[in-house]
Amino acid sequence: MAKQAAGEPAPDFVQLLTPDGERIERATGADGVEYSVDFTDEEYRGLYRDLVVIRKLDAEATALQRQGELGIWASLLGQEAAQVGSGRALRTQDMAFPTYREHGVLYCRGIDPILPLSLFRGVDQGAWDPNEVRVNMYTIVIGAQTLHATGYAMGITKDGKVGGDDGEAVLCYFGDGATSQGDVNEAFIWASVFHSPIVFFCQNNQYAISEPIEKQTRIPLYRRADGFGFPGLRVDGNDVLATYAVTRTALDNARHGQGPTLIEAYTYRMGAHTTTDDPTRYRIASEVEAWQAKDPIARVRAFVEKQQIADAAFFDEVDEQAKREALHLRERVLAMPDPQPLTLFDNVYPHGSPEIDAQRERFAEYLDSFEGSAH
Amino acid sequence: MMAEKLTIGKALNAGLRRALESDPKVLIMGEDVGKLGGVFRITDGLQKDFGDDRVMDTPLAESGIIGTAIGLAIRGYRPVCEIQFDGFVYPAYDQIVSQVAKMYYRSQGKVKVPMVIRIPFGGGIGAVEHHSESPEAYFAHTAGLKVVACSSPQDAYTMIQQAITSDDPIVFFEPKRRYHEKGEVDPDLTYPLHASRRVRPGTDATVLAYGPMVRTALDAATAAAEDGRELEVFDLRTLSPLDLAPIYESVRRTGRCVMVHEAPSNVGLGAEIAARITEECFYSLEAPVLRVTGYDTPYPAARLEEEFLPDLDRVLDAVDRTFRW
Ligand SMILES: Cc1ncc(C[n+]2csc(CCOP(=O)(O)OP(=O)(O)O)c2C)c(N)n1
Repeated sequence: MAKQAAGEPAPDFVQLLTPDGERIERATGADGVEYSVDFTDEEYRGLYRDLVVIRKLDAEATALQRQGELGIWASLLGQEAAQVGSGRALRTQDMAFPTYREHGVLYCRGIDPILPLSLFRGVDQGAWDPNEVRVNMYTIVIGAQTLHATGYAMGITKDGKVGGDDGEAVLCYFGDGATSQGDVNEAFIWASVFHSPIVFFCQNNQYAISEPIEKQTRIPLYRRADGFGFPGLRVDGNDVLATYAVTRTALDNARHGQGPTLIEAYTYRMGAHTTTDDPTRYRIASEVEAWQAKDPIARVRAFVEKQQIADAAFFDEVDEQAKREALHLRERVLAMPDPQPLTLFDNVYPHGSPEIDAQRERFAEYLDSFEGSAH
Repeated sequence: MMAEKLTIGKALNAGLRRALESDPKVLIMGEDVGKLGGVFRITDGLQKDFGDDRVMDTPLAESGIIGTAIGLAIRGYRPVCEIQFDGFVYPAYDQIVSQVAKMYYRSQGKVKVPMVIRIPFGGGIGAVEHHSESPEAYFAHTAGLKVVACSSPQDAYTMIQQAITSDDPIVFFEPKRRYHEKGEVDPDLTYPLHASRRVRPGTDATVLAYGPMVRTALDAATAAAEDGRELEVFDLRTLSPLDLAPIYESVRRTGRCVMVHEAPSNVGLGAEIAARITEECFYSLEAPVLRVTGYDTPYPAARLEEEFLPDLDRVLDAVDRTFRW
């Protein structure tokens, strides 16, 4: 197979909704399985709502960064369908292991969007409770979480929680750049030989900061799975329906004891890698425009309009909701207090450490030595 | 169980066995730990008795061993990972220092990774390269990890169980060249994990060691006693956090201190300890704290390791030098 380049059409993917909003009834994946969805009108509207709200929240976070309220922001712009499609496919009992860009997945899990913002503001390190929200903390080291996810999935098997509809599965996110990391490849090996209930979900957004996909691979990424002994397939990552369909099936297979799947969601990062990045240095405007024509939200809107399952009032109401949530988020970010200095020493060790205790004490005395201090 | 004489290797095995028996969440994972019982046979017979679901042979990938153990720990298991040799821990280094060490802090205490990373360390077995290293300083430098080293059968038995029941992630160093040394093990003895221990009382100088060098330090003390010099010997046991209070007390009495380790001296544990003793015992010191260590070279070929490794004579020479100040 010829090498692929960023922006090149990818014909070998599962697509259920064309960029023009045409519904494709069913599509066969590279794994030979036929995929389709059967959503109610209400559910179609719900997906549209998710996509619009998370794009708006993301834009608000970008604006907050520009105004100096966040240290940095990793935008999901363009990847909404990949995240909503996969995130909505999770069941309550499943566990997700994200990278630093999966704000849409968190949103789909019902997680307060303020949580990742404290990480990017520098108030904490993303300290939500993974056991409670069932999404692990964001991982900054590229690929590291794929091993944690695999180990967690091995634990599910040990707990006897696979083999039925009520089984648990793990959904593990990473980028195209991450596929070059040793950890990701080791995770593939472990998941395969331990036959673990895990779905590897690679958002191929075509770039690892400035490096295009051809700096990571000479073959389509989903075909890597072959070499590790489990199915891999590519989905149109800008198509929320197809992404949902393939992820749901893969998660169901995992929970029923059929082992791992690799899904490559073929998508595009419309904005910068993070707010510190300047994408004009490494990509051309025409490429971005070509992807704009495949926008994940526009096609759902075109579809629901054509189907007449939503009217102008609905679209207005969704925009209103998005604005409201964004404003609420902004207010809460601005009100977020800095952590107290002495919390620096909290939670280094579950059983504590005399050295840390001594350092905390000395630091407290030092702080007290300033007149009028009340730390 | 009655007190009995065991080797360090057998004591570790017995400790692991007891941990597996007392908590179904304890897992052992690593390369060759199953049928073979590990290259040093520390896990001998455990897979036979506990099954391959609890004593797991893993693929040959150290980052994978540690990284998946993290996931298992998050899930509620207590993995004990065996790194086959010290020099092979580096592929897992990132997972250990960036993930294992920081999960608890990062999550503000919501995610614990109660795991043990067992590393047979140190030289003196005539091995090829990467099989004789002392990487403890890399880990002791990382907050969030606790680092210990055992040196006797009793500690091997007790400390491995303490490490496994601890919610702190622990890097557990085993003195591989001492695996066959025997000693009394009382299964009912209890004492804290993170505490240094005076293993020989003395009045003239304090000698500090851990892991394989404890034996060397004791031998040096025996030799010194024949010449009428009484050395007080401490086994640090815990490398992070350090337990230095009893050592300060000793140095204030003896006025002299020699720190012994196999690892190179540059930015090693000896440097830290010398600095701390200087801060705390400055007015009691008759001489600077001296270090007897491996050299700042890569671990040499086997025919040279005798020159590299601190031995009884180098320890005694350092003690002599503290008297010549
Ligand atoms: C091990 C590691 N190396 C380098 C970095 C710096 N870095 C952060 S994001 C990134 C690119 C990642 O690209 P990809 O995996 O495709 O994910 P994307 O951000 O595009 O979603 C790099 C190199 C890192 N975080 N971790």
